[in-house]
Amino acid sequence: MALSAEEVRYVASLARLALSDDEVRRLAPQLSKILEYAEQVGHVAADDVVATSHPYPLHNVLREDRVEQSLPREDLLAAAPAVEDDRFVVPRIVAEEG
Amino acid sequence: MELIARSAAELARLMAIGEVSAREVVDAHLARIAEVDGDPTGPGPRDIHAFLHVTADAARAHAADIDARRARGEALGDLAGVPLALKDVFVTRGVPTTCGSRILEGWRPPYDATVVERLRAADVVVVGKTNMDEFAMGSSTENSGYGPSRNPWDLDRVPGGSSGGSSAAVAALQAPLALGTDTGGSIRQPAAVTGTVGLKPTYGVVSRYGLIAFASSLDQAGPMARTVEDAALLHQVIAGHDPRDSTSIPEPAPDVVAPLRDSIRGMRVGVVRELGGEGYEPGVAASFRDALATLESLGTDVVECSLPHAPLALPAYYLIAPSEASSNLARYDGVRYGLRVDAPTTEEMNAATRAHGFGAEVKRRIMIGTYALSAGYFDAYYLQAGKVRTLVLRDFQAAFDEVDVLVSPTSPNVAFPIAEKVDDPLAMYLNDIATVPANLAGIPAISVPSGLDDAGLPVGLQIMAPALREDVALRVAWAFEQASGFDPMPRGANAVAVPGEVAA
Repeated sequence: MALSAEEVRYVASLARLALSDDEVRRLAPQLSKILEYAEQVGHVAADDVVATSHPYPLHNVLREDRVEQSLPREDLLAAAPAVEDDRFVVPRIVAEEG
Repeated sequence: MELIARSAAELARLMAIGEVSAREVVDAHLARIAEVDGDPTGPGPRDIHAFLHVTADAARAHAADIDARRARGEALGDLAGVPLALKDVFVTRGVPTTCGSRILEGWRPPYDATVVERLRAADVVVVGKTNMDEFAMGSSTENSGYGPSRNPWDLDRVPGGSSGGSSAAVAALQAPLALGTDTGGSIRQPAAVTGTVGLKPTYGVVSRYGLIAFASSLDQAGPMARTVEDAALLHQVIAGHDPRDSTSIPEPAPDVVAPLRDSIRGMRVGVVRELGGEGYEPGVAASFRDALATLESLGTDVVECSLPHAPLALPAYYLIAPSEASSNLARYDGVRYGLRVDAPTTEEMNAATRAHGFGAEVKRRIMIGTYALSAGYFDAYYLQAGKVRTLVLRDFQAAFDEVDVLVSPTSPNVAFPIAEKVDDPLAMYLNDIATVPANLAGIPAISVPSGLDDAGLPVGLQIMAPALREDVALRVAWAFEQASGFDPMPRGANAVAVPGEVAA
């Protein structure tokens, strides 16, 4: 599995990673080598083998539906890079009407 | 003997009989940290750099409080006053927590992890947060965003990873106890290469609440120490059901301390054929052969065993772990905590923040995981890896029908020189070849020192037991430790200096 620079850039965009050209050049052969190694897992298991996602048999874990105290809002906002009026601030998403 | 060379059990006993105070014990370890660890923000070339943050004032205050309560005759925990080094993957309220990443530099969490609460309830004194591979991705602690830690046995070598700060702190006598986490071997492999003991408990036995996630179906916290007894005592403190972790096993954790000294005579020990052959250094192989002879001398029945799918565990792991990581690490988006790199749009801000804040290995794994989960590749990679996981689980079940424990070398090699493998990710991944199967299956596994190679570097023996049988793994490890007589004090021309009385 040889990954092209375009494929690396596409996966990086899916992963929200702004990679430099230099990183793309270095990553393409590394990722190709790792994926080639990982491909050993292909077709060893019969179709009737069910994939395990978790080593412990999981059941729905529910608790009683009751109101509990959350972490203090100011403690959470204190860690944010930008805050205004008790909210997290991000760059404008919707453009202003012209 | 110097206080810092004592085990946690010995220190607890000395404090209980009033021979020393918690304050004296904590001060001795803080002094050792100041002596050998260096400045966390700018460690020198001979500094261990096990710690990213030392909580000296809080530790002294905690110790003074323990002494005061002891003086009043209050009942205290078995490990009251014993210092512990905490991997920086555990969130600590008001104390900087970075997970080894620049993306979380300066972050002070608003809550404590469950294990941290349990340590406090047991009066264990946290002396600081330890260095680690960024987001626990690595086998050498060189992937830390804050520079590598050094191996106390040879300062030019790695202390393993990702819990390398914790293993180095314990080996360098900076704390008798540490906590690590093990996703693919990150407690056992650093323990092996630093001559210490590390236990990865059964998945779900120790709460993951407040543990910064790497791969949620594999991550498991566990104890690190210089003796098996200390590891058992610490396990007892942190194990047990936590309603705040939906993957926590809803059963009381069994006692692992009382049965520690029970005889292992008559136990069946399976040697895993697939985990000990090609690629294992001669010194590791020789130490393993000696270990098998020691186990036989203890009256166990050593037989060959097979885990036919074990060779596929590592490639499966390197699909499953990055896939889960790519999802877990999506939360580092520059919005709610940590680093932000400004950009005109939110999406560009996210991408620029992540590009700047994550190191090379984290980027590699996010890329692998995103690729493996992407449309058109899911069936070929993630799904197949999950099926291999099923086959590995079945192998273990079949093997444990025949034997009580399975053994292998913990790591195929001893500690390697710093910078030797950083540019070859696949070579780095091969460090985990013997440890990963236990993570896929969720079973407990311990690494206990089996001796030194010809160059005087520690080698570890891995003992794996069926799910929820930590007691069995610890019993075999304890018996082996007593018989092998390994001295956990670092020595050699390039080792960290250990107080004179200890070397004698």
